[in-house]
Amino acid sequence: MPARTMFDKVWTAHEVVPETPDTPAVLYVDLHLTHEVTSPQAFALLRARGLPVRRTDRTLATMDHSTPTRTEQVFGDEPIGLTDAARQVHQLEENAKEFAVELFGLRDPRRGIVHVIGPEQGATQPGMTIVCGDSHTSTHGALGALAFGIGTTEVGHVLATQCLLQRKPKTLAVEVGGRLGAGVTAKDLILAIIGKIGVSGGTGHVLEYRGPAISALSMAERMTVCNMSIEAGARAGMIAPDELTLEYLAGRPRRPRGADWDAAVAGWRSLATDPGAAFDSRVEIDASALEPMITYGTNPGMVLPIGGAIPSDRDDPVFERALAYMGFRPGEPMLGKRVDVVFVGSCTNGRLEDLQATAQILRGRRVAPGVRMLVVPGSQEVKREAEALGLAEVFRAAGAEWRESGCSMCLGMNGDTVPAGATSVSTSNRNFEGRQGVGARTLLASPYTAAACAVAGKITDPRDLL
Amino acid sequence: MEPIKRLRSTTVVMPSTNIDTDQIIPARYLTVTTKTGLGQALFADLRYASDGTPKPEFVLNRPEAAGSQILVAGHNFGCGSSREHAPWALVDYGFRAVVSTAIADIFKSNALKNGLLPVIVDPTTHRWLLEHPGALVTIDLEATELALPDGHRVAFPIDGFARHCLLHGVDELGYLLSQLPAIERYEAAHGR
Repeated sequence: MPARTMFDKVWTAHEVVPETPDTPAVLYVDLHLTHEVTSPQAFALLRARGLPVRRTDRTLATMDHSTPTRTEQVFGDEPIGLTDAARQVHQLEENAKEFAVELFGLRDPRRGIVHVIGPEQGATQPGMTIVCGDSHTSTHGALGALAFGIGTTEVGHVLATQCLLQRKPKTLAVEVGGRLGAGVTAKDLILAIIGKIGVSGGTGHVLEYRGPAISALSMAERMTVCNMSIEAGARAGMIAPDELTLEYLAGRPRRPRGADWDAAVAGWRSLATDPGAAFDSRVEIDASALEPMITYGTNPGMVLPIGGAIPSDRDDPVFERALAYMGFRPGEPMLGKRVDVVFVGSCTNGRLEDLQATAQILRGRRVAPGVRMLVVPGSQEVKREAEALGLAEVFRAAGAEWRESGCSMCLGMNGDTVPAGATSVSTSNRNFEGRQGVGARTLLASPYTAAACAVAGKITDPRDLL
Repeated sequence: MEPIKRLRSTTVVMPSTNIDTDQIIPARYLTVTTKTGLGQALFADLRYASDGTPKPEFVLNRPEAAGSQILVAGHNFGCGSSREHAPWALVDYGFRAVVSTAIADIFKSNALKNGLLPVIVDPTTHRWLLEHPGALVTIDLEATELALPDGHRVAFPIDGFARHCLLHGVDELGYLLSQLPAIERYEAAHGR
């Protein structure tokens, strides 16, 4: 058998019917994750056609986007602030009940952001195909799964048939050599990769992150990297499973058990790309040369090292418009710019390690006067762990708000928003116009950088505070 | 879904590159549980002032935009979030095609399932279209060609299966359901 990429192995193993020139492949889906925002119309389609959810055992629902993060609204008597959001949450409860889909409801201790809970529960496993009506489904590729976001019509297809119609994408190897320096994180690495290949550089491709700098990453860091594959236009990103992956999965509630575990591990060990396998394209990046990164514009590709200056040589009205939206001018340095809001959380950086990094900077320090800082754990499990480790106390003592889990200020659907004109340093994944609120200005950065900016009240190199 | 064979319409031009789905429809409009009426929220932050009045300078608020079915947009249209609310909003507003040099993967897939044609053209044709807003353009899905007002025709790529579904107004779910015997065989053979 010729040498194959990891992607090719996973894809081929899930072909129910291979593609032909006239028809796309019928691709089997091992795990379908769903949430309240992109599923209502799909359940309505099933209802209209009189179809059941075909494999409820392969379907898992949670609520995260529209859910409140204020404890009083999650566990107390205070109603959810936004009527429409509350209706969407209740709609998912009704749909899950009617179609017998397992749901981690609002007060479930296992609830959280869909891309945090999948790996956390051990539901996400190497070699699986995983889909969700959410573009950051690419996160699950960190465990060697082929995981990608789909639209609501496709959510309906998977609910009804456990399959999708797909054309086979191309592959792009992202070779990361060297090793990240102190204070430089996986977030900085993926921002640098997006800056290099551009926000449409991965279109039509599945990325495989490889090389010594990738192997050296923790599982949480690998999830951060794969999470933002979509910001380079790629639907999926993958990292080969290794001993660290197995260690991460061992003991998780939904892992295979007993002889099934041994059989699964044997399969997982053969997933990595074969030596000599060909990728459609290839890009190289040296992790050792990277600095903490921060975005300055209105897409994640508009990014630079934190000590750098905004480019001044672009004769491009779109570039100028982006800077006008941000209130920045060409040639300006990023360091020292005023910060109004800091958000730590999201499926990109809402895991325990991210909160530990945040606390490392905040411990013994205060959030600067006039800065609002929100720390939102990625799941209720992350919240409990952070509280057990005393991190919540560090956040509160520093003057930050500590919330229940959810997507929160990453996209502001639940009312956690950034005011118009305010500048937010956010550990989330998108700095699009209006993403965090109408007129909000978002700078994407790592948890270290976000925390450092919160303490200083201005853009600050986190290495000065570590 | 209504079959689409041929569109003939003036264009609306939004030359910006990387128009993301958050711009097409901001997240605060996604708390709906149906697909209808989203055209009101299309490009909401670009289209309306904070008091809800239309911004006169925005292209869709100009009188010449009325009734257009073809949106010509900058490179990498529809990037970002997978929200199908984006094509729902465009279709509800009245658009039937988006023309660009590149259209993001998930948006393209969603568009095809909602009778919104993603039309990729070469940079020269694209530049001409950007420079001639309001041009009367024909998009022929049967011939997979876009015709400029002077009769010049350019072919555009489209997946054959998606084209078949659009031309005949059939949705893909029916085809997938017809594959259930193969799906059952796969599950039995692969321990699923």
